[in-house]
Formats: sequence, structure tokens, C-alpha cells
Amino acid sequence: MTWFEKIMPSRIKTERRTRSVPEGLWMKCTACDAVLYRAELERNLHVCPKCGHHMRISARERLQRFLDPHDVVELASNIGPQDPLKFRDSKKYRDRLAQAQKTTGEKDALIVMAGTLHGIPIVACAFEFAFMGGSMGSAVGERFVRAVEHALEHRKPLVCFSASGGARMQEALLSLLQMAKTAAALTRLAEARIPYISVMTDPTTGGVSASLAMLGDINIGEPKALIGFAGARVIQQTVRETLPEGFQRSEFLLEHGALDMIVDRREMRDRIANLIAMLMHLPSPTGERRGTGEGKE
Amino acid sequence: MNFLDFEQPIAELEAKIDELKFVSSDAEVNIGEEIARLRAKSRALTMSIFSNLTQWQIAQLARHPQRPYTLDYVSAIFTDFQELHGDRMYADDPAIVGGPARLDGQPVMIIGHQKGRDTKERVRRNYGMPKPEGYRKALRLMKLAERFRLPLITFIDTAGAYPGVGAEERGQSEAIARNLFEMARLQTPIVSVVIGEGGSGGALAIGVCDRLLMLQYSIYSVISPEGCAGILWRSADKKDLAAEAMGVSAERIAKLGVVDEVIKEPLGGAHRDPQAMAESVREALLRHLKELQSQPIEQILSRRAERLRNYGVYSED
Repeated sequence: MTWFEKIMPSRIKTERRTRSVPEGLWMKCTACDAVLYRAELERNLHVCPKCGHHMRISARERLQRFLDPHDVVELASNIGPQDPLKFRDSKKYRDRLAQAQKTTGEKDALIVMAGTLHGIPIVACAFEFAFMGGSMGSAVGERFVRAVEHALEHRKPLVCFSASGGARMQEALLSLLQMAKTAAALTRLAEARIPYISVMTDPTTGGVSASLAMLGDINIGEPKALIGFAGARVIQQTVRETLPEGFQRSEFLLEHGALDMIVDRREMRDRIANLIAMLMHLPSPTGERRGTGEGKE
Repeated sequence: MNFLDFEQPIAELEAKIDELKFVSSDAEVNIGEEIARLRAKSRALTMSIFSNLTQWQIAQLARHPQRPYTLDYVSAIFTDFQELHGDRMYADDPAIVGGPARLDGQPVMIIGHQKGRDTKERVRRNYGMPKPEGYRKALRLMKLAERFRLPLITFIDTAGAYPGVGAEERGQSEAIARNLFEMARLQTPIVSVVIGEGGSGGALAIGVCDRLLMLQYSIYSVISPEGCAGILWRSADKKDLAAEAMGVSAERIAKLGVVDEVIKEPLGGAHRDPQAMAESVREALLRHLKELQSQPIEQILSRRAERLRNYGVYSED
């Protein structure tokens, strides 16, 4: 107890103590346990200022913070999920959808926006991991294809931030076929020579990694993101040995040649804008810089 | 003959018939009539059991250890097959086989998953679960087919792409994704036949096509019934419920409008009469290829693009 508290009248003291702290004003870093002020963490794009850990970020916030703040238009927001199989496990798929829609405020797990990045018109989409694990069903596939088609029509580059456990089981084979559908759409983009940048964030696995996520003209990973085909538990059951340290993390994929680069979220705008500008023969949007591109200048 | 659990009543009858056959050979009594009666009974019983299979029972049939595999169809349907090996980068994956062959005299390219028949071969073929090098070999053969204008025929029969450390290191996801991408625009007709298990991305990676055919007791699914049950029911034992909910059989998949033909199997399944099965597959392949080859390649590609574009059921408001 400080000297100030000692001389303070007890009534005031009690009042101070019972005053509630606004919900979620403080957050703990999931990696280093540092106590962080939420507003500061948000300003820092949900990257821990102490240890640099990249925490998960909602699709909408991701896109809003990635694109220039003005002239952002959401695309394909009229596309929503259906339940063609009347799928039911311990819960009905319909109820799971309703619950996910309520908690996330989104219709399904992919958000598409058209806007500009350092003034370059682009289309960007992001998976909402909080919506049934960012799983890809028909609505997600359709929204992705609409994003591709908008990019084709207006000759805008496409950037996709993936965060997904894979195909959505509740739509069974239709979900699997979304892999073929999205990959096929990307062939049209490639043939039109429009850049597609794929950013894999934590986690990108299963059918999403084995389709649209790995097909970037440039594949980027966020630091320490889990990226892979099979889940670690399945692999462990199959091979019956402990998995190597850092297995299926961005750094592991970079080392094995699956990623072009790992980019810190706070540099994502500049790095992607510069890449796109070069691929599209546009002037440098950030002002040309010297360096080998290794780490921060 | 191996019988599955739900076929036990048939197995018992068949055992009785075998016993009688043995007796009749050394006894004077004529029991041919009795055998004929039991045979008819066994047939009726098989028909009644097989007319009412659950999704899980069909999955068991699709995985039947005696079910014909890709190379069985290759030798029964095609001539002059020459197997090509290797992805030219890392290794040859025996879980995928392929090469040129003739179908009714016409050269085609074949690619298929291959399971092993005995323990040694099963291990060598990794239980039909391909690694990235398998998919990259398949891609190499697809490109070869395109360059030399050979129609592509793929046989799908895998539990899924192999979930192993090495497979992840060598880019299992990328290998599958690349095949989906390249098959979508491959300039040659593609016919895919699901002959056994169509296990998720590992199956689809050689299954983007102009015509999708499924054998009556084959399955195709986004995840195995066991895997789905493990996640959604938290117990792999609920595989029958998961199979039913997903609808894995050819008949159920066909209802989604994504299958061009369900090829009927002999009574009791393909393994009861592999020759008859192969003949039906041959007939269907010839018919679909003929239809495709009557179209200019541009039309085939635009229809394939349209087919891929239309996958899925969603709402739009």
C-alpha cells in the first residue's frame, strides 16, 4: 500500500477498487505472456510489441488495415451459405452457421473487398478463421471466384490472406470441389497476366492450403504461421514419431522452398505494394529503396 | 472369397454349398438339386442385402481387399501399356502409376492410384497414398499427354494423400494445388473413374475432368468417414453416422449433379466378377471418349471451365 492510499478516506478507496475495468481493455500476448494495452495492440496490427508474435486478426479488420482507408467496397457480400445436405452431427449445420454468423457478424468465412493499396487498385480477400475455422464451403469458393472475376474484369491484382483449417466437412464433396473451382479460376488470372499474391497466415492447412493458398504467383507467409497439408495430430498418428521443432511453420516452409518470403504484418502493405507495382510495371509506390530485402532496413 | 461383416449370412450359405460340393463328389447321393437350391438362395440373399446397403457398408466395399485396382483395369481394358516412372525431381512414387496405352487401338495416357495386393506390395505402394513426387509424376504425364494429344484417363482409388513428414517437407499442398490448376486447363480430354476410394484432395489431384464416372460401390468424400467422425462426433466409432451424413456413395454423390455416370457393378461388388466389371468400365470409357473427341478442344476446355465454375450450392440475395 502506498502512502497516498494510506491517507485516503476509506470510502473513496472502496469505490476505486470496485470500479470495473472495461471488458478486454488489457490483453495477454499468447506467446510471451506480456500484458498489453488492447488499443496499442490494435494499432500494432495485433502483433505483440514485446516479442513480435503475430496474433490472429479478424478478416474485416485485416482488410481494412491492409487497404488504403478510402474507397473500399465489399464485393460478393450477397453470397451466403446453404445446407444442401441437411447435414447434422451433434448439431445441425444450419445451427452452426447461425451461431458463427452471430459471433462473427459475417455471412461466411471469406470477405472480399475492392480498394487501393498505396494508390494501386486491387482486390483483396481474407478468411475469417473465427467462422467455423475459416473452412471453405460453396459460399467461400464462390466468393473467391467472384474476387478473381472482378480482378479479371478490371485488371486488378488479387491478394488473398488465408486462415483456414481446410474444406468444410458439412458440405461434404461440394467443399472438396471448391478446391478445383478456385484453382480453375486462378488459371484465368494467370493467363491474363494479372498478379495473384497469396499470404498464408496462421493457420493455413488442408484443402485451402492444397488449392488457392499455394497457387500464388508469390507465396508469402506471416512469421511462425502454421502452414501444411495434414494436421500435426494426423501425421503423428501415421508416423508415430515426434515431429521436428518448428515443423509446418512459415520458417520451415521457407527453408523447404514452399514460400517466397516471410513478411512481418507491419510491413505487409509496403512489401506487397512494391511487388505488385513491379509485376505490373508501375512506379514504386513507396519511393525506391536500396537493400537486399533481407529483414528490415 | 473374403466377406465383409454385413455379408456374413451370405458367407455361411456359401460355406454350406462348398461343404455339399465336397460331399457330393464322393457320395452316391445326388445332391445337385440341393446345391442349386442353396445357390439360388444365396443369390437372393445377396440381392436383398445389396439392395439396401448403408453408406458405411458401401465404404467398406470400396475398400474391399479383393477389389480390382488400377493395374487390374489397365491389363483388362488396355493394350500396349508401358509404365513410366519418376517425377524427374526427386523420386518415383509407386502409389501412382501411369503411362501410355491403347484403348481399342487408340493411344491414350493413363494415370491412377495403385494399392498393393499383399503386405509387401502394400508397403511398397504406401497403401495407395501418394507423396508429392507421385502427384508431380502425374503432372509430368499429363503434360506429356497434352503435348502428344493423347486423351487422359485417370483411375481414382486412394484413402488420401500421404500425411507424413517428408511429404510435408516436399510440399504436399503445393503438389496437389498445382495439379488442380494445371488440369483445369490441360488441352486434352480428361475422363476420371472413381474405382474405389475417392479420398479428399489426394483423389481430386488427379480427378479434375470433363467426365466423372463412379463405380456403383465406390466412394468420394472430402474426408474419410472415420476422420469426419473423429472431428465432429469426437469418436472414430461413429463412422457410420459420418458416412451417412456426408453421403459418400456414388448414388448420393450423383444427386449433387457432379457425376456423369454411375457404372453398375456385378452382384456383390466388382471383386465378385472383375472381368464383367472391366468390360462395363471399358464400354463407358469408349463412349465418353468418343463423345468428347467429337468436340473441338476449345469447346471441351470452355465446358470444363463452366463445369468447374458451377460447383457448389450457395445463396445469393
